[in-house]
Amino acid sequence: MIDKNLIGYQFQAVTLTVEEGRLKFLAKALGETGEIYTNPDAAKAAGLPGLLAPPTFPFILEIDALDLVDFMELLGESLENLLHGEENFNYYAPIYAGDKITVSKVITDIIDKKEGALQFVKSDNTFTNQKGIVVAETHTNYVFRK
Amino acid sequence: MKPPTFDSLSVGDEIPSLKTPAVSRHTLALYCGASGDHNPIHVDLDFAKSSGLDDVIAHGMLSTGYLGRMLTNWVPQSAIKSWKNRFSAMTQIGDSVTCSGKIIEKFEDGGEKFIRLELQTNTECVQTIIAEAVVVLE
Repeated sequence: MIDKNLIGYQFQAVTLTVEEGRLKFLAKALGETGEIYTNPDAAKAAGLPGLLAPPTFPFILEIDALDLVDFMELLGESLENLLHGEENFNYYAPIYAGDKITVSKVITDIIDKKEGALQFVKSDNTFTNQKGIVVAETHTNYVFRK
Repeated sequence: MKPPTFDSLSVGDEIPSLKTPAVSRHTLALYCGASGDHNPIHVDLDFAKSSGLDDVIAHGMLSTGYLGRMLTNWVPQSAIKSWKNRFSAMTQIGDSVTCSGKIIEKFEDGGEKFIRLELQTNTECVQTIIAEAVVVLE
């Protein structure tokens, strides 16, 4: 069972640069062809500072900020049991290529379901850009099967 | 493309849907690299079998990414204020993903006009995501 003392655990904040190549690669993987997501010149012509990160991008930053293997070690869990239960976003400002985003993550709850056959690990993540603006928040629910 | 206006929309209206090609191992390999989600359950058949599955499964967030495309095809991304996704079933190799959404509420708050949408993704067999988004419109 996952140690409930981990509720409130605050991960070390990580600052990540949003790379243009990464945004292009992600657009390719999602089949996104919109120019503001794929063509830096078109994004600039549209008045943007660089490629626009798509709506799911805060989740990508979440992944980059937290090594899954380290996370499993912390929880005493294994990847084989992990499922993604929920991913919720609140948006306050756009993220562009070239931004430096600081990701901070806290475990907010650990819940047993079905007499321990499932455990939910909930976390909140805050994304702050290089200007100190909170651009997004996410709430993630990790599900562990027994 | 001109975004829809608040007044032109009614509760019950459906937004333009999006259907993807069948999800292949290649799709998952690309998303593994691009997303940074390197969980082997999505790309390594041996690992998937050791986890009790018959085959690798798609990343839930891949289908969320498709839902995001549907949303940003419909409104500018800056209109999206919040978005909640609950993953209800697994997407398998060979499934194509159909994204759809309909308006369930119109409301005003603080002088701004908002639309609440119920969204979902479905494969040929099963609903894989149930979601809700709030967008602001003129």
